[in-house]
Amino acid sequence: MTDHVSSAWTVTTRTRGTSVAIALIAVVIVAGFATPFFAPRAVIQDLFFILTMLVLAQCWNLLAGYAGLVSVGQQAFVGFGAYAMFAAVSLLGMDPLLAIVIGGLAALVLSVPTAFFVFRLQGAYFAIGTWVIAEVVRLSLAQWKALGGGTGTSLPSGATRDMPGVRLVADLLHVRGPQATDIVCYWLALVLAIVTIGLIYRLLRSKQGLGLAAVRDNREAARSLGVDPLWTKSFVYLVAALVTGLTGALIYVQKARISPDAAFSVPDWTAYVIFIVVIGGIGTIEGPIVGVIVFYILQNLLADYGSLYLLFLGLLGILIMLFAPRGLWGVFASRSGIQLFPIRRMLAARTDTKND
Amino acid sequence: MALLETHGLTAFYGDFQALFGVDLVLNEGETVAVIGANGAGKSTLLRSISGLLRNAPGHIRYDNAEIGALSAPDVVRLGIAMVPEGRKLFPSLSVEENLLIGKYGRSVSGTWTLDAIYDLFPVLKERRSSPGTALSGGQQQMVAIGRALMSNPRVLLCDEISLGLAPVVVKDIYAAFPRIRATGASIVIIEQDIGQALKVADRFYCMMEGRVTLSGTPGTVSREDIHAAYFGAHKP
Amino acid sequence: MNWADTIIQGVLLGGLYALFAAGLSLVFGIMRLVNLAHGDLIVLAAFLILLLVSTLGLNPFVAAAVALPVMFAIGWVLQYVVLNRTLGDDILPPLLVTFGLSVVIQNGLLEGFSADSRRISAGSLETASIQVGPISIGTMPLLTFLSAVAVIVALNLVFYRTSLGRAFRATSDDSSTAGLMGIRSERIFATATGIAMMVVTIASLYLGTRANFDPTQGPARLIYAFEAVIIGGLGSFWGTLAGGIIMGVAQTVGAAINPEWQILAGHIAFLLVLLVRPRGLFPRAVD
Repeated sequence: MTDHVSSAWTVTTRTRGTSVAIALIAVVIVAGFATPFFAPRAVIQDLFFILTMLVLAQCWNLLAGYAGLVSVGQQAFVGFGAYAMFAAVSLLGMDPLLAIVIGGLAALVLSVPTAFFVFRLQGAYFAIGTWVIAEVVRLSLAQWKALGGGTGTSLPSGATRDMPGVRLVADLLHVRGPQATDIVCYWLALVLAIVTIGLIYRLLRSKQGLGLAAVRDNREAARSLGVDPLWTKSFVYLVAALVTGLTGALIYVQKARISPDAAFSVPDWTAYVIFIVVIGGIGTIEGPIVGVIVFYILQNLLADYGSLYLLFLGLLGILIMLFAPRGLWGVFASRSGIQLFPIRRMLAARTDTKND
Repeated sequence: MALLETHGLTAFYGDFQALFGVDLVLNEGETVAVIGANGAGKSTLLRSISGLLRNAPGHIRYDNAEIGALSAPDVVRLGIAMVPEGRKLFPSLSVEENLLIGKYGRSVSGTWTLDAIYDLFPVLKERRSSPGTALSGGQQQMVAIGRALMSNPRVLLCDEISLGLAPVVVKDIYAAFPRIRATGASIVIIEQDIGQALKVADRFYCMMEGRVTLSGTPGTVSREDIHAAYFGAHKP
Repeated sequence: MNWADTIIQGVLLGGLYALFAAGLSLVFGIMRLVNLAHGDLIVLAAFLILLLVSTLGLNPFVAAAVALPVMFAIGWVLQYVVLNRTLGDDILPPLLVTFGLSVVIQNGLLEGFSADSRRISAGSLETASIQVGPISIGTMPLLTFLSAVAVIVALNLVFYRTSLGRAFRATSDDSSTAGLMGIRSERIFATATGIAMMVVTIASLYLGTRANFDPTQGPARLIYAFEAVIIGGLGSFWGTLAGGIIMGVAQTVGAAINPEWQILAGHIAFLLVLLVRPRGLFPRAVD
């Protein structure tokens, strides 16, 4: 990252602690892959939940935080991806791993006509428009009798046990089939999370990413710079749909049981995700990571309180939005100057050339 | 006795300082013109008085009270009305509604009623139900002045009335000022166009780069001095 | 199946949807704010009326009259203290704050009233009907529709014939110049939301007496209201009534074909209008 500006200056995205951050990230990734070798099944399931929520949060953050597209309807892609996976496994007898890819592609295909409709709505109305689409998809799939209609269905027994890798994991770690399935799903979620964060990081550092920031900050200015806001936003919307669909399919391979109400749940796939991003810090890659950890802790401490817990979460979200709109990470980063995923370009004095 | 007075008034747009200690006095019943080139700080001065720009307290006195920190709605309720630059009529309101909104939420008594405004600018009566923005520029300016008068203000602030209007139209509008003065209102007129403003003003201030560079009475100051204060060519 | 009957029932149902939508339309028209908690506020008002009926033994209509000023005050304070802070060029704060509010109200109601579905009893009115030729029209649905028309007429009168309405329009046009007229936009916005909450109270009276309701029903009401507003076109109250009617007719016709298609048919009608007339059927606002 050394675009040439002048002999004494360089454009950099590095901040204090970048090399520390790289080392930290590497340690986390290695530890993440190694966890199943020593952790009990409950931990693996919790980590799977955290990772899948993280991916959903990164996607929502990409839409809202970077493209200014506030969607309240991402459950459409979670549910559609999951249903497509179920259809591929149950009706076509496909391997679940392949079916996850089918789920992602199905969500991508769905997002094309969806974008056509919702992009006709401006600003705030876009939000409710996405919600309407999600309702339409939910109500339509509830008509699909082969997949259980309104009550839902389960994956054929044995489908996930025959997944590639499951038997190998079972033999290698001396665990039983269902636990091996969880471990494979966990590794897949880990890969998905790493790839998603990596892709978003690269996207935001690329030329398109700059265009995206321009679109969010000033539509007219962006247009005058030759960035087509509609095209840029559509691209982001489609990418988010693909990844959200993959995640939905993966979640339901692990759950192995689906119903329209669960797969298209607004609280599970949108409200939680929004709180994760808002609490952690909207418009940063670190924000959703912090948010999902806080969310997981809160859920473990308070989930027994049921609706009181959600009430608290809602209040917390409102207070953060009103008084610390950059979220926990935003407050931390502005105090410390630390960024794990630096994407802001800064002018820095060159140290590798002498000033004359 | 000063009705309205600024003392060392400063104003900022973010980091940019637009006023550097402006002193201005407006006496009861007086008409004062503030002239200066584009960017001299004239409009900033009016926006500060009217409350569109909030100031640190202690620099603007009106009727023996400090008003620098008040919001625009509070300032107008005290009797200082403004004709904003660019007229700023409300497009969703008819001509008559634009006039009526000038006294929103208050029961004000005084000379200026709908009928009195229509008497001052008869053309507005014919077009009372048209949308305000369907009128010509000159007529829109009349609505903007009428709208400010509807609150029967003690101080009327006029920001660049002649801007973008043909000279003959400007002359028509300025012809209304003697009648406005006759009701006892004190007036501040901001203009780039010196001619009309100095004709109706008792005193004038000339501004450049956020400071008052000259003040006096029209007729007693030479054109050369005004020219110098206005453009900064030869400082006196 | 009697088509005339189905369509009349649909039109009357549309009155209810127009009541859901009118408040949303008013608030959006004045401050460009989309309140994602609108549906939950309707359900909140229904519980307020239920509480007044069950504890004080009031007639539901009297209870609604008592609830009107209470809901006005809730709306006023909500706007003045919370929502005014979120207004600005960025659409994220209002959306996320009202989304949080929606979650708070929903779960607060669950906590206070449990998830059981409730109904406000309107006594013999519930089953009363008027016979018009071969068609029987329920008194309550008819009352709902007439209330919707009355609300739309009243909103139009306020908006176009009063000094408050002039202030609404002026603030919506240009709030900073409106300030020069002595208009305090924060209070104008608070009053607008207060009035929207009074419309919400009327809507909730009919929501609560016509069918069962529970704390989780808000979001669906928000969606119907939103669809009615968009179908009608932003900024037109009569358009909102027309949008409500289209939604109502689409739903009853859908339900007549297959009971499972009721809700879906309404959404599809909305998407079709969006396809053909993206700015709605009777748009007024230029944005």
